[in-house]
Amino acid sequence: MSTAVAPVRKDVRDTRVRKFFWRMWRERSAYLFIAPGVIIFSVFTLAALIFAFYLTFHRWSIIEPEKPYVGLQNYEDMIHDERFVQSVLNTVYFTGASVPLTMIIGLTLALLLNQPIRGRAIFRTAYYLPVVTPFVVSALLWKWLYNGEFGLFNYYLLKGHIIDEPLLWLSDKNLAMPAVVLMSVWSGVGFSMVVYLAGLQSIPYELYESAKLDGCGTWRRIRYVTIPLLRPTTLFLLVIGIIGSLQVFTQIFVMTSGGPVNKTTTMVYYMYLWAFKYYDMGYASTLAFALFAMLLVFTALQLRLFKDGGTQ
Amino acid sequence: MTGITEEPTAHRLASEAAPVLPRRVRRQRNRRPAGAPREKEYVSLKAKLATYLILAPIAILFVAPFAWLISASFQPISTIFANPPTWIPDNPTVDGYKGFLNVGTLTEAQQAQGHGEWRWFLNSAIVAVSITVLQTFFNALCAYTFAKRKFPGRNVIFVLFLGTMMVPGQVTLIPNYIIVQHIPFFGGNDWLGNGGHGWLDSYWGLIMPGVVSAFGIFLLRQFMLSIPDELLDAARIDGASEFRIFWSVVLPLCMPALAANAIFTFQGAWEDFFWPLIIMSDPEKITAPVGLALFVVQNKTDWNLLFAGSVIATLPMVVVFIIFQRHFVRGIAVTGIKG
Repeated sequence: MSTAVAPVRKDVRDTRVRKFFWRMWRERSAYLFIAPGVIIFSVFTLAALIFAFYLTFHRWSIIEPEKPYVGLQNYEDMIHDERFVQSVLNTVYFTGASVPLTMIIGLTLALLLNQPIRGRAIFRTAYYLPVVTPFVVSALLWKWLYNGEFGLFNYYLLKGHIIDEPLLWLSDKNLAMPAVVLMSVWSGVGFSMVVYLAGLQSIPYELYESAKLDGCGTWRRIRYVTIPLLRPTTLFLLVIGIIGSLQVFTQIFVMTSGGPVNKTTTMVYYMYLWAFKYYDMGYASTLAFALFAMLLVFTALQLRLFKDGGTQ
Repeated sequence: MTGITEEPTAHRLASEAAPVLPRRVRRQRNRRPAGAPREKEYVSLKAKLATYLILAPIAILFVAPFAWLISASFQPISTIFANPPTWIPDNPTVDGYKGFLNVGTLTEAQQAQGHGEWRWFLNSAIVAVSITVLQTFFNALCAYTFAKRKFPGRNVIFVLFLGTMMVPGQVTLIPNYIIVQHIPFFGGNDWLGNGGHGWLDSYWGLIMPGVVSAFGIFLLRQFMLSIPDELLDAARIDGASEFRIFWSVVLPLCMPALAANAIFTFQGAWEDFFWPLIIMSDPEKITAPVGLALFVVQNKTDWNLLFAGSVIATLPMVVVFIIFQRHFVRGIAVTGIKG
C-alpha cells in the first residue's frame, strides 16, 4: 500500500519544487533588485555580527599573529573588571540625567511655542540650531566654554558672583559628568521640542475647550489633558533618548577622554580603549555585547513603536 | 510611532501641489465671522509677556555659543584668550580660516604650530554625498522590492533585515574593522584578503558599509505600501520593464520619503565620527569631524584655527537644514531620527 502512495507524493513534491523554482525564475528581477542591498548587508551586518560573537571567545590582538581560543575567559574577565562596572555606572548616570532633562525642557518649550504668539519660527530655529550642528563641533565649542582659565562659563559666573573662584569643569571629579550632560542636553533639546510640537498639534482643540468649561485652569489643563495625551510621544522620545544616550561616545572622546580618573568613561568609550588602544578585539567585542544586552529591551520596544506607527 | 504624525501616503502629494494663495486672500478667508467662536485660544497680554520672558533668555543661551563661535573664528588668537571676552572683533581677520584650510601663505608661527587641511572638507563632502546618493537609491530599490514584489524568500530576508535593526552599531564596529582590512584585491591584499591593509585608509572603507540601512529600508517600505498596486499593474500592462516601473512610477511618488531619507543620511554621514576615526589614519584622507577632533588633541592652543574649521564644518548642515526645513520637521516626525 505504501508503495502505491509514495510515487504520488514524490510527484507532488516534484511539481512543488518545480513551481518554486519557476516562481524564482519568473521573479528574477526582484532578486537582482535586492542583490546590492543583500550583499552589503550580509558582509557588514550579518557576517560582522557572527564574527563579533566569534571574537568574544578568543584573545584576538591585531598585532599578534596568535589568536588563541579562550572559552568564556573574556566574559569572566568582564564581570570582575572594576573599570567595566564603573563604565556601566557612568553610562547609566549619563542616561538618567540627560534623557529626562532633555525631555522636560523640550516639553516646556513646545508648550510655550504652541501658543499663538509672534516669532515662533525664530524661537524654534534658535532651539533647533544645536541639533543641526555636527556633534564634534558642539563638543569642541563646549570644551572651550568650559575652559578653566578662559572659558565663557567661568567668566560670566564669576562676573555674576554666582561662583567665587573659577571651576575646572572638565577636570573636576564631580563636575565632569554633569558638564558633559549639560552639553548633551543643549544639543538634544531641539529634537524633543520638535517631536513634542508635532504631538501637541495632534491634540484636538475641543478637549481643551471642554476642560475649560469644566473650570480647569491652564495648569490643570496641561496636567490632565496635554500630558496624558502626549503619552505616545513621551514614550517614543524616552526610548529613542535612552538608546542614543547609552551609546554616548563623541562628547566623551572630544571633551574629557574618559577622565578625570575614569569618571566619564562610558561603555562605548571603554570598548574603544580596549579595541584601538590596547588592541584586544576579543575583550572589546565582549564589552560591545554587554552594551547590546543592555540596549535589547529598548530597541525591541522601539521596533514595536515603529511597527504600530506603520500599521496604524 | 503612534499618532504624532499623519500617516505618510502617496495621495497626500496631490494636496501639496495645491496652489498657494496670496497672503491677503488667505487672511480674509481665515477671518472669523462675527459671533463665531474663536478657533484658537486667546492669549492675554500678560501671558504673552510671561511666555516671552521665559523663551527669550533660553533662546539667548542657545544661540550665544554660536555667536561666540562665529565671532571667535574671525579673531586673532590673542583676543580669543582675552579677558573679558571679545564679542565683536575690532580687526576681523581670516587668518584662522587660512590656517585651518592651509591655503595662502601661513605665518611662521602657524607653520610651526601645525595647520588643518582643506582636503578634510573635500573628503567629508565626497564621502557624505556618495553615501547619500547610493544609500537612497539602494534603500529605495530594496524597499520597493520588499513592499511590492512577491518572490520566494521575501519574508525570510526581510525579517533578517528587521532583526538586525536591534543590533547597535558598536557591536559590528570591531568585526567590520577586521573585515574591511581583509577585503580581497584591495590595498595590496591577495585573493584571500591577506597581506595588505584592504579598505583601511580609503574612501571605499568609509562609503561601502554605509550604503545600505535596514532602518531606511523599513521606513521607505512603509511608505511604498501605500502606493496602489493597480498603478504598477497598469505600467506593467503598458509594457514597462520592472526597473522602469521602479524608476518612473514608484520613485516620483516617494519623493517626500526619499528626501527625508537623503537628508538624514547626509547629516549622519557628514558628522559621522567613530567609524572614520578608527579606519582612517592618513592625515590627508581623514574627514572633517575627525580632523577637528584630532586637531584639538594635538595642537591644544590653536583655537582660532579650530573655530574657523568648526564654522566651515557646520555650514553644510545649516544650508541643508534651511533648504529642507519643511522636510526636516516632517522627516523627524516620520522617522524619529536625528542624523
